[in-house]
Amino acid sequence: MTTSHREERTFLDSQELILNMGPQHPSTHGVLRVILKLDGEKVIGTECVIGYLHRGVEKIAENRTYAMFNPYVDRMDYVAAVSNGLGYCLAVEKLINVEVPARAQFLRVIMTELNRLASHQVWLGTHALDIGAMTPLFYTFRDREEILKIFEKYCGARLTTHAFRIGGCQYEAYDGMEQEVLTFCDFLLPKIDEYEQLLTTNRIWVERTKGVGVISGADAIAMGLTGPPLRASGVKWDLRKAQPYSAYDQFDFEIPIGYNGDTYDRYLVRIAEMRQSVRIIRQAVERLPQGPIMAKVSKMLKPPVGEVYVSIEAPKGELGYYIVSDGSLQPYRVRVRPPSFVNLQALDQMVKGQLVADVVAVIGTLDIVLGEVDR
Amino acid sequence: MLQYVTGYLSQPVTPGEAGNYIWALIYILVVIMGVSGVVLGMNWGERKALAHMQVRLGPMRVGPHGLLQPFADALKLLTKEDIIPAGADKLVFSLAPVAIIVTAWTVFLVVPFGRTHAITDMNIGVLFMLGVSSLSVLCIVMAGWASNSNYPLMGALRSSAQMVSYEVAMGLVVVSAVMMTATNTNVGTLSMIGIVEAQASQHFWFIFKFFPLGLIAFVVFAIAMVAETNRAPFDLPEAESELVAGFHTEYSGFRWSLFMLAEYSGMIAVSSIAVTLWLGGWLRPFASIHGPQITIPHYWRGGALDFAASLLPALCMFLLALFCLVGAYRMPRLRTFRIQTAGLTVFGLGLGFIGMVLLCPPVRDRVQDIFWFTAKIGVFMYLFIWYRATFPRYRFDQLMRVGWKVLLPIGLGVLILTAIVGVLL
Amino acid sequence: MPEDTLGNSSAPETAAAQAADAKSSVGSQGEPPVQPAKPTGEEAPKPLAAPAAATAAAPGTGAPAPPAAVPSKTPAAPAKPAGPVPEPWNEPLPNDLMSRFGSAVREASTYLGQAYLVIDCAEAPEVLRVLRDECQFDYCVDLTAVHYPKREATQFDVVWILYSFTRNQRVRVKTQIKDGDTVPSVVGLWPTANWLERECYDMFGIQFAGHPDLRRILLPDGWKGFPLRKDYPITQQDTEWVRENLHIESGQ
Repeated sequence: MTTSHREERTFLDSQELILNMGPQHPSTHGVLRVILKLDGEKVIGTECVIGYLHRGVEKIAENRTYAMFNPYVDRMDYVAAVSNGLGYCLAVEKLINVEVPARAQFLRVIMTELNRLASHQVWLGTHALDIGAMTPLFYTFRDREEILKIFEKYCGARLTTHAFRIGGCQYEAYDGMEQEVLTFCDFLLPKIDEYEQLLTTNRIWVERTKGVGVISGADAIAMGLTGPPLRASGVKWDLRKAQPYSAYDQFDFEIPIGYNGDTYDRYLVRIAEMRQSVRIIRQAVERLPQGPIMAKVSKMLKPPVGEVYVSIEAPKGELGYYIVSDGSLQPYRVRVRPPSFVNLQALDQMVKGQLVADVVAVIGTLDIVLGEVDR
Repeated sequence: MLQYVTGYLSQPVTPGEAGNYIWALIYILVVIMGVSGVVLGMNWGERKALAHMQVRLGPMRVGPHGLLQPFADALKLLTKEDIIPAGADKLVFSLAPVAIIVTAWTVFLVVPFGRTHAITDMNIGVLFMLGVSSLSVLCIVMAGWASNSNYPLMGALRSSAQMVSYEVAMGLVVVSAVMMTATNTNVGTLSMIGIVEAQASQHFWFIFKFFPLGLIAFVVFAIAMVAETNRAPFDLPEAESELVAGFHTEYSGFRWSLFMLAEYSGMIAVSSIAVTLWLGGWLRPFASIHGPQITIPHYWRGGALDFAASLLPALCMFLLALFCLVGAYRMPRLRTFRIQTAGLTVFGLGLGFIGMVLLCPPVRDRVQDIFWFTAKIGVFMYLFIWYRATFPRYRFDQLMRVGWKVLLPIGLGVLILTAIVGVLL
Repeated sequence: MPEDTLGNSSAPETAAAQAADAKSSVGSQGEPPVQPAKPTGEEAPKPLAAPAAATAAAPGTGAPAPPAAVPSKTPAAPAKPAGPVPEPWNEPLPNDLMSRFGSAVREASTYLGQAYLVIDCAEAPEVLRVLRDECQFDYCVDLTAVHYPKREATQFDVVWILYSFTRNQRVRVKTQIKDGDTVPSVVGLWPTANWLERECYDMFGIQFAGHPDLRRILLPDGWKGFPLRKDYPITQQDTEWVRENLHIESGQ
């Protein structure tokens, strides 16, 4: 590139172009506004404008009792509602220092891992669609229907399940649930192979995702990235293994990691996580203990004064609940640490210097749900 | 009158060669109708095939199995409000779709559906086709510019850059195919009919000639033609989930339908180049093998294989008619489906009738070439749809890289090797 | 909401409140929901009976409820052991910090097994830097605030939650500030704090000194008011903003 010695800019010099990916856009997975500063095709800066879906969930929490707030947490990351509920219930159970019976813990694991599968399927379908592959969307959503059918039979809702209660589970496993879940596991593994057949070795997919949105392990930790994006950058850390909760230490599973920190690795990590989830579900169903499903928790729950922070490995990353109790029926403060919010912050760093078409790919690979970003 | 018609139809040359303007005009009208009909069929076929690949059904309601969907779409587009954006250059805005459809249809002047089934046969046939289809680039830029909006302009520029880059690779492999026509006669020809006749006389489709050179040339052309027509996986300029929408964003209604017509016609045009140059045009597979002589009184005198092949169009029609009738049988026996069932049955019977007509000797003999040509084009159309369902989209810089850094060197290599081999052999 | 005065209260008071609450929560299974009023009524006589109750309940001897207990409680119910109390955090890490920073580290405790430090706002950047650089707390999990309007001296608790991969340990670092104070920004230490501090500012109005771009993130830019403060009612909106920008007459 020859340097220009002219002082004044002529109309041939490229100017910065501000491009607005508006709140309504087919690829932003919700109402997200991204303002891009472009130099021709290259992105030199981004700014995310969020808050379009802000519903004041944390304020609502201060005005509801602990049990009444439980359904609200589903609505944050509505794609993986069961995980949200699990995190909240675990936090409150820690606060009141009650132990959940073993059967309830196993049931929770089964539901949470099924939800992880459903969430990753939504991610895969929409991410592939953004990059142009139209077909995996239909395959993943068709298979996700089976999971939603199980949810519906279990707790009556497909998406925002409110599956768990403080102290355990409300609903016992329905007749034939174990068999259905095992059948589903057998059904799903060849389907995951099918998704991989379409994408993993597809030359165009590899070219669109390899080297796109690279972030190193150290940068990922500094930016607070968690979940598959962190693991794809080489950091082998999963809260289910590092600080196990809800009987996860009784299961045998692996944590897949990637080394390049690019979109392709994040894709591979999530596919491998899906397979590991199936493994966990199978173990949980086979070892499901008998017993009660609910601990003795009072209806008018008044935790002792104090505060806790409990986090779980949600499909999107580390989902944490910081609950401050003042000894009354209603929480004094509930702070939700949303993985999508923190992951989205890394967008700027990941797309600098890349092309416009990669912005869409990186937003997809971060797997954000605006309900969680904005709460 | 009838004698005039039959007298003309028994001539061995195309109307253009015969200098017969009236028949040329009739052929032009038939070709335009045919291409438009095929575009309608492609619209339906694409939606159905894409849907079935994506584990869903596609249009089912508008007509039995969605067969009337293209008509409904056409009707909708024709009755839409005609919007011209404020600040748009009105003349150019209105001219662009007209120009593009004119260039798209002009290409079909030299497309040979059979030895005599072409409008004319220029001695520069292939060059003419490539040249006229390049004019569509101009029309795209016109459309993008006249829209007075940033995004269509960027989309138009990208589209045109893409088309121009892939035309280079296309041109090189076309030259290599043309060189193969000179093998035995030492006289090459650019004429489309001449190329097919060269394949016939050499008893070799060019795709198999100088193996693997013909095959590589064909593959390069097959990829370049997908990029040329802005189809997946090279459809970044018109993809919805990208930031820049295509050059036809600001067009609606009839003008947009002209763009769509031009796109599909372009697909048919480049497929016909591929079919003519490498796949033997209107020749049936193993055209030089005739089989033992058989005679059926009043019906057939000639080779057995030729006889079997001549029944194929009719059999295809009967097969389609069978699909329709079976589909009609499997329709739900409910009151609301009566019209659809009736319609599908009538359609099936109509196809069967056409099949019968195709068995009559005069029709049978003339339809052979058209049938094989259309069947090969059909395969290409299916491939276009298949690519769209399977592949993600190429990013623009990767697209250009493939065109310039991959296809162009391969095309050049094939060209040089074909020249060397052609001289040596 | 009951107007308890919170903060890092001394152990016996916490134990008493917890004991009362623990009793009420256990005993209210199937009882009429009159319980919530009781503990506040019993608050005054409680501290007198508290040491007795605490010391009697701690060994779990099944001592009966203090004499101020209401007869509607199940008479033979043994007194529940006192609820969890914050316990001193005795580990090399906090001890080292306390020796280094002295009184700036006001408290180092664990509650229910979760460790937390309470530090002075002025020393916060240094302490956090030491935690990141020398104690390998390289991941800032969360950054938030809690509003205690009834506390006289300091109304806000600003909480940093840090995690160390190498130690597999999470620690909460709290500081307490007055309304209007600025907190030093930790964006230089952990870039992830950028949006987290913006949200804190957006919701509470806490200024972070040294933040590169402190403006609202979830709420619209021109919004007035800080919703997560306790004096911002849940049904309140910035009616002026709504009227101007959304063109809704009523402002709601």
